[in-house]
Formats: sequence, structure tokens, C-alpha cells
Amino acid sequence: MSNILEAHTISKKFGDFTALNQVSINVPKGSIFGLLGPNGAGKTTLIRIINQITMPDVGYVTLDGEPLQNHHIKDIGYLPEERGLYKSMKVGEQALYLAQLKGLSKAEAKKRLQYWFERLEIGDWWNKKIQELSKGMAQKIQFVVTVLHAPKLLIFDEPFSGFDPINANLIKDEILRLRDNGATVIFSTHRMESVEELCDHIALINKSNKILDGKLSDIKRQFKNNTYEIGVKTDQIDHLHQDLAHKFSVSPAQFKTIDQQLKLNVKLAANEKPNDLLSYLTTKGEVSHFVELLPSTNDIFIQAIKNNS
Amino acid sequence: MNHLPLIIKREYLTKVKNKAFIVMTILSPVILIALIAVVAYLSQVNNDKVRTIAILDETGVLGQTFEDTETTKYKVLEHIELEAAKVLVRAEEDYGLLYVREQSDVDAIEGGITFFSEESPSLSIISGLEGKLEKSLTNLKLLQEGVDLNKIESSKIKVNIAQENFSGETTSKIESVIKLAFGGAAGYLLFMFIIIYGNMIMRSVIEEKTSRVIEVIISSVKPIQLMLGKIIGTSLAGITQFIIWIILGSVLMFLVSSIFGLDMTQVQTPQQELVKHSMNGQPLSEQAQSIITAFYHLPIANLIFAFVLFFIGGYLLYSSMYAAIGAAVDNETDTQQFVFPLLVPLILAVYIGFFTVIEDPHGMVSRVFSFIPLTSPVVMLMRIPFGVPIWEQLLSFLLLLGTFFLTVWFAAKIYRVGILMYGKRPTYKELIKWIKY
Repeated sequence: MSNILEAHTISKKFGDFTALNQVSINVPKGSIFGLLGPNGAGKTTLIRIINQITMPDVGYVTLDGEPLQNHHIKDIGYLPEERGLYKSMKVGEQALYLAQLKGLSKAEAKKRLQYWFERLEIGDWWNKKIQELSKGMAQKIQFVVTVLHAPKLLIFDEPFSGFDPINANLIKDEILRLRDNGATVIFSTHRMESVEELCDHIALINKSNKILDGKLSDIKRQFKNNTYEIGVKTDQIDHLHQDLAHKFSVSPAQFKTIDQQLKLNVKLAANEKPNDLLSYLTTKGEVSHFVELLPSTNDIFIQAIKNNS
Repeated sequence: MNHLPLIIKREYLTKVKNKAFIVMTILSPVILIALIAVVAYLSQVNNDKVRTIAILDETGVLGQTFEDTETTKYKVLEHIELEAAKVLVRAEEDYGLLYVREQSDVDAIEGGITFFSEESPSLSIISGLEGKLEKSLTNLKLLQEGVDLNKIESSKIKVNIAQENFSGETTSKIESVIKLAFGGAAGYLLFMFIIIYGNMIMRSVIEEKTSRVIEVIISSVKPIQLMLGKIIGTSLAGITQFIIWIILGSVLMFLVSSIFGLDMTQVQTPQQELVKHSMNGQPLSEQAQSIITAFYHLPIANLIFAFVLFFIGGYLLYSSMYAAIGAAVDNETDTQQFVFPLLVPLILAVYIGFFTVIEDPHGMVSRVFSFIPLTSPVVMLMRIPFGVPIWEQLLSFLLLLGTFFLTVWFAAKIYRVGILMYGKRPTYKELIKWIKY
């Protein structure tokens, strides 16, 4: 799979403050790429550089192998975190204006807008002013404006903020559909559950440096620590607990069961195999639960940041 | 991709379609004309009122001094004591009582004149009376010294210096006045235009920031394009408003004066006074002719050409700075500290225009300030009717143009960084840092 976007050793300073330090990312074509990091890490600066809003001091960005140029603006759709619309302009006029700025002709923009407005069931908003709409409604318009010119690369910064769960789901489905139709998505958010759900690649930026990137499954593999969640039905719960605590490092586990049983997280040493644990447990009672604990993106995020600082 | 026309169109249409803008456009001339009409009406009423002034002259020598006019009647009281006269005047509700105390010597009369009235009298009445008394007393004194008054009258000579420049064109005082009016109007127009529409540009930039639409826009448009589009679009809206004002104003003026029969020209401006003064003693047809020839003598082509260039240059220079200010701050209250330094050279220019240029259009001060780019548009526009060599105009304009490009470059830098900055109000130091980013 080739990369649609590559950022090469990007550095950017604002006065004495380093916003980005030698950051490189590769975004594979057709992926949903999570750009993660704590507040003030430099994500927005990187996104602005990709959008040619600011220029990097060092490094360069390529889109489809070409260094970024003015004409690439129409290939990118950007939904910034700080977003808004002209309050006193009518929805339709405004959407047409923004679409024309992205290089669509007026007629073409109108046709596509009608399609999208119908799709999101907002057709009767055309003549309303933005100030008459609720925040969620305005966000929908904003989403349409971002994707209207059918860009190859979509960049969403906190796309779900301001949406109720129903509309957030609607937008999530639209993002997935756009991906299936060939678009690549860069996704910046603090909501780890949506990263878990959507992203297949991630990069983690902390204090201006990239500290982690790659396929999400690879990263999970890298961060898993050989821990298994077990449930065993036995008469001698306390006895088995002590026994296991003696052999491995254990901690209480939380999951729902109907019967009374021993529930533990068991961490194996690097040279120990899960099968050995399983066969040992089968000799002690009836095993109802045996799951490898994979780190959540949330855990990875916190862990990586902690390791870094 | 060049989006400039698109941005200009949007800026223009949103401004023009804005309700406040429409209301202002229509209401301003209506209010202004109504105001002028009221003032004209009131001064007419004022002029129509007849005042009666009672005169108690104990000396008996000032008999022929006071002649009735349309607005003032004089009533000479005789054989009555001062206190009784006061009571009488009050009872008859006359405007006032002029009392001249009994004196045997003409020289001493001047020291014994008093005006009694209910309220403090208007300045024009007092000075009118003073003028009349002075003339009468002077004549009395002259007679006493044995001078023939007719000889004095016949030996008075009025001088009207003919003016002609070295290339042989005759000019006149009236021309100077017309030049002054032209230059003043042009300079003042530019001043007003910069203040009104510069502020409008600034507000429009701030609006983009507060509505957070800015980042969406500049992911498709270069900031400098957005800034220029804003300046040009707003200026076009401003010109539209100005033209509507002028048309609506003159139509209303015509309607009001013909319907109510008010003579608007009765509201006299100091300029009109000046025109009158400079035409003293000429018959009416000659006056009209001299005004027309004065117009012909104005460097009309040069004036129009220079007006367009300096107006655009000066306006763009200031408005780019207004745009930068808008980008640097988050809300209008924060603009004060930056707008004030901008207004100083502008106000200075107007003062220099109205005081120094009138006094001496080609003097050192006028000359210097018509080259300094921040003041040159206003000062030069005021100087040009008096005839400024083309090379001076050209040099001044080139300086203005150069400064404009420099300012736009700086403003664009501040704009580019500022539009993405939220939160605290920046200091001048930070602004300088932004330019270096």
C-alpha cells in the first residue's frame, strides 16, 4: 500500500517555542489515520502545515509523491477544531461560497450540495441563517462543506464535538463510507474510543516530538504485556488465589458472571506460555473465562506519554 | 487559484445586504437634511422677528443715528427719567433700552452709554449698536474739529489687487477661495472615508475571528488574498454608500427646499462668508462670472487624476493597517490601543491641511507633510488646487505607493499570524515578533 501523504522531518518554531521537532509521518492510501497527542503537543501545527496554512522551517510534505503546492488545496478537505461559519450568511449561499473557494464551479457545487443536503436530511435549511441553527446543525453544514469537493485526503480535527450520539454515529458512518469510496482520512481527537473504533494507523505526538507510530494492531502487539483475564469455577477460591499469586503477578479482574468464581488478571513472564497457564487452571477447576488482555488505545496513550516524560 | 474576485463579491454583497448598512445608507442623508431644514427654518423664524429697542438720549445729539430696519425698530423716548423709562420698556416688552447719559463734551459721551435688557442681549445687536454709535460720534468729533465730512467721503479709495501669475493667467481672490473649498472637501472626504470604512474592515476581520470561520477559509485561500479581498470589497461597498448618500442627499435637499420654501443657503458656512467677503463690491453678474472663470482656472484634469490616485493610495494604506489591527485582536474593545496611533497622523494631516495649507500652500510645512506618506494623501489633495508641480505630485505618490506595499507586506504578516491567535491581547512587542515568523 502506497502512502498518499508523507511528512519528512518537519520542524517548526514560533519564536523560542518549538512546536514540532523533526516529525515524520506516513499516511497510507485508504487508511484512517489517527493523529494523537495531548493538548499543545503540536498536532494542530502539523495539520496546518499539511494544509499550507503555515510553512515548516525545516522538512517538506508530499501528497501523492509531489511536494505540496497551491493546487493541492482542492485535494484536501479540512475540518479544523476551531471552526465556525459566517453567522449572518444563509446556509446555501455560504456553502456555495466555500465550495467555490475549493475550486468547484457554482453549478457543480449546487448539484453536490443538493445531494448532500438530501442525504443528511437538511434540505430545508438552505435559506436559513447560521445564527438560527443549533450548534449540532451548524456542525453538519460544516461537515458537508468539508467533504463537498470530494478530496482525496480528509483531515478531521475533533469531528464529533458538538454532536449528539445519533448524529455522531451518522457522521462516523459517513466518514467510513468516504473511506470505502477511496478517500484517506486523518483524524485528530482526544476521544480514544473513536480511535479504537475507526483508526487503523496512528501516530502519537508529545511535546513536539513523534513518539510512536504505525499500524494500530502492531502497536497493540508491541504494548501487550502477556496478561490474561481468567475465570475459574472452583470450591477453593481462596486457595487457588494464593497459589496463583505465588506463581505469577496477579490483580483482581472485573467482568460479569452469574456464578461465584475466581476472577483474576494474570501477568505471565516473558518466557511463560498461556497454554501452560490454561492447562494448569484446568486441573484446578472449570475454566469459564480465558482472554488475552490487549491494551486499549487509551492505555497505550497514557503509557507512551508516561514513558516519554 | 485566484479567488480574489469571489472574495470581493462576498464581502461586497454581505456588506450591502446587511440591514444596519441599508438603514444607515438611507437614514443618514434623511437625518442630515432634516437637521439642515430645521436649522434653516429656525434661523428664518429668528430673522423674521422684529425687535424694538428704546432709546433714551439725554445728550440729544444722536438723533439721526438710528434708522429702522426690517428686523429692528427704534423708539426714541423723550422727557422721561431713566427709572421711568426702564419701567416703561419692561411693560411694553421691548427688547431693551439704550441709555446715553447727559454730557456736555462729545469726548465724554462714549463713557456714559448703557444697554438695559431683560436677558443678556445678543452679541450681534450690541456690536451693531456700537458700530452705529462709533460712526455717529466720530462724525460729531470730526465736525467739531471743523472737518468737511463730504471731503472724507469722496477721498475714500477701494483697492482690489489684480492677480496674475508669471505665465500670464489672471487669478483672483475668489479663485483662492474656490481652490480652498475644493482641496478642503477632497481632503476631508478622504479623512472621513478612512475612518468610517477602515473601521468597517477591522470589524469584519474581527468577526471572522470570533465566528471561528477563519481557519476554514484560509485552508483554501492565501491570507493576503483574503485581506485584499476584504479591503477592496468593503471599499466598493463604501463607495456605493457614498454615491447613494450624494444622490439621495441632493434629491432630498431639492424636495425639502421646494416643498417648504426654505432657503437652505441661509445656513451660512464660514466658507460662504469668505466667498461673499472676497466678492465685496462687485455687481452680481460679475460675481457669477468670476466664479465660473475660477472653476475654469482650476487644474481640473490634474485635480481629478490626483484625487483618484491619492484617495485610493491613502485609503488602501490606512485600511491595510486597520485589517492588521483587526487580525491582532479578538474583540473591538481591544482595538483602542492600536487604532489611536493610527488616528494621530490622520488628524495631524487634516489640521495641517486646514491651517497651514490655507495660510501658505507652498510653504515648508505644507510641502514636507505632503511627502510623508501617512499625511501626504490629505495634505497633497488640499495643496493641488493651488498648483503643485507634477514632479512633486509624482514623487509624493511614489512614496505613498512604496509605503503602501511595505505596509501591506507587514500587515499581511501580522494578519497571517494574528488570525489564528486567540485569547490574550497582543503587545506591540509580540506584533513585531509575528512579523519575523
